[in-house]
Amino acid sequence: MIEELGTTTEGDLVINIGPQHPATHGVLHLKVTLNGETIKNVEPHLGYIHRSIEKMCESLSYRQFIYSTSRMDYLSSHINNHGCALCVEKGLQVEIPSRAQYIRIILDELTRVASHELWWGAMAMDLGAFTPFFHSFREREMITDIMEETCGARLTMNYIVPGGLMADIHPNFQNSVKKFILQFKKTIGEYEELLTGNIIFQNRMKGVGYLTKEDAISYGCTGPTARGSGVSCDVRKYAPYEIYDKLVFDEVLETEGDSFARYMVRIREMSQSIRIIEQLIDNIPEGDFQAKTKVVLKLPKGEFYSKVETARGEFGVYIVSDGAATPYRIKFRSPGFSNLSVLNHISKGYKLGDLVAMMGTLDLVIPDIDR
Amino acid sequence: MLLFSFEKIVDSINAWLNNTFSPNMVLFFQLLFTAVFAMTVFALLGLILVLMERKVAAFMQIRMGPNRVGPKGMFQTVADTMKLVVKESLTPDGADKFLFNLAPYLVMISAMLILAPIAFAKGFQIWDINIGVLYVSAISSVAVIGILMAGWASNNKYSLMGAMRSGAQIVSYELSAGLSIISIVVLSGSLSISGIIQSQADGWWIFKGHIPVLLSFMIFMIAITAETNRAPFDLAEAESELTAGFHTEYAGMKFALFFLAEYINIFIMCAIGAILFLGGWMPLHFGNWEAFNHIMDYIPSSIWFMGKTFALIFLMMWFRWTFPRLRIDQLLQLEWKYLLPIGMINLLVVTLMAIMGWHF
Amino acid sequence: MFIKKYLSDIYKGVLSLLVGMRRTGYYFSHHKEIITQQYPDNRDTLVLSGRFRGEVVMPHDDNNEHACTGCTACELACPNATIKIITKFDTTPEGKRKKAIDKFVYHLELCTMCNLCIIACPTDAIKMSQDFEHSVFDRKNLTKILNKPGSKIREGIE
Repeated sequence: MIEELGTTTEGDLVINIGPQHPATHGVLHLKVTLNGETIKNVEPHLGYIHRSIEKMCESLSYRQFIYSTSRMDYLSSHINNHGCALCVEKGLQVEIPSRAQYIRIILDELTRVASHELWWGAMAMDLGAFTPFFHSFREREMITDIMEETCGARLTMNYIVPGGLMADIHPNFQNSVKKFILQFKKTIGEYEELLTGNIIFQNRMKGVGYLTKEDAISYGCTGPTARGSGVSCDVRKYAPYEIYDKLVFDEVLETEGDSFARYMVRIREMSQSIRIIEQLIDNIPEGDFQAKTKVVLKLPKGEFYSKVETARGEFGVYIVSDGAATPYRIKFRSPGFSNLSVLNHISKGYKLGDLVAMMGTLDLVIPDIDR
Repeated sequence: MLLFSFEKIVDSINAWLNNTFSPNMVLFFQLLFTAVFAMTVFALLGLILVLMERKVAAFMQIRMGPNRVGPKGMFQTVADTMKLVVKESLTPDGADKFLFNLAPYLVMISAMLILAPIAFAKGFQIWDINIGVLYVSAISSVAVIGILMAGWASNNKYSLMGAMRSGAQIVSYELSAGLSIISIVVLSGSLSISGIIQSQADGWWIFKGHIPVLLSFMIFMIAITAETNRAPFDLAEAESELTAGFHTEYAGMKFALFFLAEYINIFIMCAIGAILFLGGWMPLHFGNWEAFNHIMDYIPSSIWFMGKTFALIFLMMWFRWTFPRLRIDQLLQLEWKYLLPIGMINLLVVTLMAIMGWHF
Repeated sequence: MFIKKYLSDIYKGVLSLLVGMRRTGYYFSHHKEIITQQYPDNRDTLVLSGRFRGEVVMPHDDNNEHACTGCTACELACPNATIKIITKFDTTPEGKRKKAIDKFVYHLELCTMCNLCIIACPTDAIKMSQDFEHSVFDRKNLTKILNKPGSKIREGIE
């Protein structure tokens, strides 16, 4: 909730949009300095959900530390696990069987669609439209059911391991995914009707929170936040991992830079993800689902970095190894941290009611920022 | 049963009273019965409307509504009311105690007062005042005072800001609502509620007055959605993104009064809309279709009135669960730049129509 | 010119609102689209996938025998010390001393359901059950001993 702390000497008002938020997003504490209704300064205070994951990982083996990344950005948990697995595989220099590669990418893209669905519903709820939340959860429920059937868990799926996958996919996997694709194609038009085309929504989003291309690059924004301003930063395009270079899909770019552009980027990304899944779902090759690795993984001495494209931006895993069974230091580059840093810049001069629209389009997941 | 009518009940009660008691006692008993009736209507309406809102919301959101308390969730509101009654009503430190406690009652009282001129059925009106519509318009402005009082007395800068915004919103949209009401008054030639309903004996104004009255009706619906602080204009009250609204500091029974008063306001505004535009308790008649008209006459007038009012209430609920919220400056912009100019031009057109007799 | 833009703005705006209302009106009137599962009532027919990670259990067969040799591979694989194996020494019929499992302590309150213990087990002694209703009134009830009293290891498992 909000409490006012008193006025500064210039006659400005400082309010706390406190850690307990009526909307979603997680525990984010914003100190907003207002002059009447206009925002002068936004200062995020972080650390409410810091769990020292990076330090914890220094005492876990290379197979064990991956589960904690599911809990960082819990909406793209597969993609986070994938990033860690790629980094360890880079260190071990092991070849992944192509069956595992295909399935990993299908799961990644499904996770991306699920994350964007939840983002859409939560953002609509922030703006006061309560129905789209339930409509989007209907689709997300289908995806979590697919995950439950194959991976065993609905939110924190620890399924991608260094070397491939933990187990083979369930026999129903392909049919369930195809059913989901049909349902998605039917309802994406409904999203357009309910929210995107709505004049009230467009007036709340257009012209709010301009982020120029130069600012996006200099603040280090990645993902749809930057792509809404025209920065071409999709890791799947400029540094493709697994088999992304063989797939046909568009990198969605918008040049406007306002909240509506960022919104449209995510909506279109969902369709592009479905396009990728359609290319893969019928062509999964037979073979092993896991490469042969030793029981105890030991990375050679050195530094390894790998990056993947999560639903929020570029997620990087940096492992410093000194040859032991546990890493010497792990650092995660979280996309939300850089995206949040731009909030102060884009919200200057706008009204208090616009702050929520802007936070919604930045798509912040605070456990990802705080680790 | 088909010819059941409230008029006969009222007449028979009046006759019995006049026979048994002296004139002063008759007046006393009439007042007593009216008060009991008003409170019963309130309680029942609150019960029905809260449950209707939750069920309508649930079906639009692809889920079931409350279905545990009572068959199909009918007693959900009873459970809600009991919960609110046993909650502790705190008064915040530093709040202006008198105004803080008075505010919910003011809002409730203004809602109750507007109940007087409404005609629930043929001949069933508490007070058929000859300036009925003007009275309704005037009393609905008094509710703003209650809201501002609630915001000020809470000793919370954000309640105050929310109350100010709400006050600005209500005062602006009253203009548009007033213009729509005036267009019907011009057409029907009378301010009294029964006069307006009588003038619709050969057809509802929304059909007789074709396009300009339809436009008036649309403006009226938007204006009353804003007047009662309903979405998409609920910046001051709902789980607003940031400001907590004028009734944050209220808990327990006082909050229940605000909550109830809001729903009663919705009912009353929709009732006024039904009376003005949809003919009140008049059945649906088409000019020469005698058989059809005769069948329509069999349905009691109270059912007509309730049906029309609840249809308009459903429309307002439909608005709430479909649209996102407007920002405060967009809200005021909508009123002053769009609704008011169109309303004024529409009024001129309607006046022209009334003078030249271009309506049906 | 101004009036034309004004009127076309209004027209397009109202049209978009009506389109949205039609969508919610559709869902209001079509009740067969409701996907709510009435949970406590449908417990009998609730079917979870066989791979769902609810809780770690040690399946015992009809002779009250399990397959756990006490090799502690699962305890080493677990990231946060959820499993603690207490071993004892049994005497086999040939007279040799063999390590056997005394107690398999499983802290359900710490388990993250990451599945690493299941894939580490060489004899398939433990598996994930589909039970997800773990609430208890006392936290001590969440520390479970997975091997049943009086059970021993099945023949022929190394």
